[in-house]
Amino acid sequence: MNIAVCVKQVPDTETKIKITDDKKWIKEDEINFILNPYDELGVEEGLKLKETNGAEVTIISLGPERISSTIRSALAMGADKAIMIKTDKNPLDPAVTAAALAEVLKDGNYDIIFTGKQAIDDDHAQIAALLSEILNIPAITVITKLEINGTKVTAHRQIEGGFEKIECELPLIISAQKGLNEPRYASLKGIMTAKRIPIDEKKLNLLQDRIDILEISYPPQKPPGRIIGQGPEAVPELIRLLREEAKIIS
Amino acid sequence: MSKILVFAEQRGGELKKIALENLTLARELAANIKCELVTVLIGHNVTPITDKLALYGAQQISVYQNENLTLYNSQGYATVLAQAIKDHMANIVLLGATAMGKDLAPRIAAKLNASLATDSTSIAWQDGELKIIRPMYAGKVRTTIHLKSDIKIITVRPNVYLAQENPVTAQISETTAKPTDFNAVVSEIITGAKDKLDVTEADIIVSGGRGLKGPENFHLIEKLAKKMGAAQGASRAVVDAGWRPYEEQVGQTGKTVSPSLYIAVGISGAIQHLAGMSSSKYIVAINKDPEAPIFKIADYGIVGDAFEVVPKMIESL
Repeated sequence: MNIAVCVKQVPDTETKIKITDDKKWIKEDEINFILNPYDELGVEEGLKLKETNGAEVTIISLGPERISSTIRSALAMGADKAIMIKTDKNPLDPAVTAAALAEVLKDGNYDIIFTGKQAIDDDHAQIAALLSEILNIPAITVITKLEINGTKVTAHRQIEGGFEKIECELPLIISAQKGLNEPRYASLKGIMTAKRIPIDEKKLNLLQDRIDILEISYPPQKPPGRIIGQGPEAVPELIRLLREEAKIIS
Repeated sequence: MSKILVFAEQRGGELKKIALENLTLARELAANIKCELVTVLIGHNVTPITDKLALYGAQQISVYQNENLTLYNSQGYATVLAQAIKDHMANIVLLGATAMGKDLAPRIAAKLNASLATDSTSIAWQDGELKIIRPMYAGKVRTTIHLKSDIKIITVRPNVYLAQENPVTAQISETTAKPTDFNAVVSEIITGAKDKLDVTEADIIVSGGRGLKGPENFHLIEKLAKKMGAAQGASRAVVDAGWRPYEEQVGQTGKTVSPSLYIAVGISGAIQHLAGMSSSKYIVAINKDPEAPIFKIADYGIVGDAFEVVPKMIESL
């Protein structure tokens, strides 16, 4: 099998996001960058298929120089190859990212392409479905379970209050959701091996963003928190406030 | 001249609440610039639900039906919706930021060479342009954006706009959608407990965290949620520990929610959790530790033991 996993470098979840002075972007200097947690699920699923069916797993990522550390973390988990689409910065428009990824993916003859269900930085959640349209390969998004039998695929897609069971044939694009697997930690050996794998760097002409960011702002400040009491004795007051002030319960 | 198209999401012949919320929003947007508005319904045997759309102000409803479209199918629905947008020459398209809407929107954006704003929380006209606000980093910041393509596609977060009735007599046009061969099909829908609400759709959420000490104590959360007609949520810590299923997780690597009321029980309020729920209209926090960060954003905080406070709440409600 030939597997590609599209990954993105993102600020870790503990990051306190700070906005730049021109309010057009965020300050990137004090950020600890990680492999997007949903993409990590894609890497793990690719590696599981490698172990059970035999496969070559290629990591593909787009972004500035700094993303090479994230590509290395994915390689350290056990992936075989890596392609880096080097850009000056991350595009604002996921359509631009998808077009560039598709440019690399189209010649790769991949049986399965994994992405995460969304990147936890810009939260667009578009790449898998966009790739599907560009590459004309079916995409099943937000997957919590994947079974492959020859070229037959059964997947569980999470919806509100349940799952859709979806049947499909390879080749296929999958966007991974939490629950699909438990990503492994890179072993020391993996980290050492990853250091020796060359990253294939590509430069592409990107499309124009069709999203304009006018301003980035912090969410409206909530009024300072209010403690209404201690222990179960405070419950009647809570219920009164929910009824009379918030008017949420009757 | 602009024309707004609202995709009225239904599953199993039942309209999703977001369809009515988006219809209300679209009426407001259309009134402001006096543009046309069409509501599109896709499925099979779905004509009966046009009544409800008319109750919420859908004057022009366009129904696309085919037996193949009984269950949601990415390829089928995307093809039909893209066709509907062309048929109606719509240039603003509203969908819900739901499982279906999130899957569908990028596909139609690609088909129509349109740009897309997902999970938007505010859409308004400003100087003749649509100004859209969408959160990033699960709500740690928000971006105000313009979409620069001719056709603009927007998915709107559920629970942000309030659906308002406005009864009208609807003009309904019915089209038989062309059958297509699908390369991926939904063979079955597996639902959890019927009375279990999803956190993204709920008006009230009761969430539990590590303060509950073990998976065996979550019956307290369940009971309180049931009593309040609420969905059950969880912090990342308890999901990672395997106490609760991941579909309940609220926060940056879980679900971002904006209910009217969010009750956090035994949740200290890690930054990634706060990002996912701080846009809730009212927040109640119950925690033993008066220094817990959750109290900084709680409208009503009770410092106390969940094992004493929650039973008292269940009893008093």
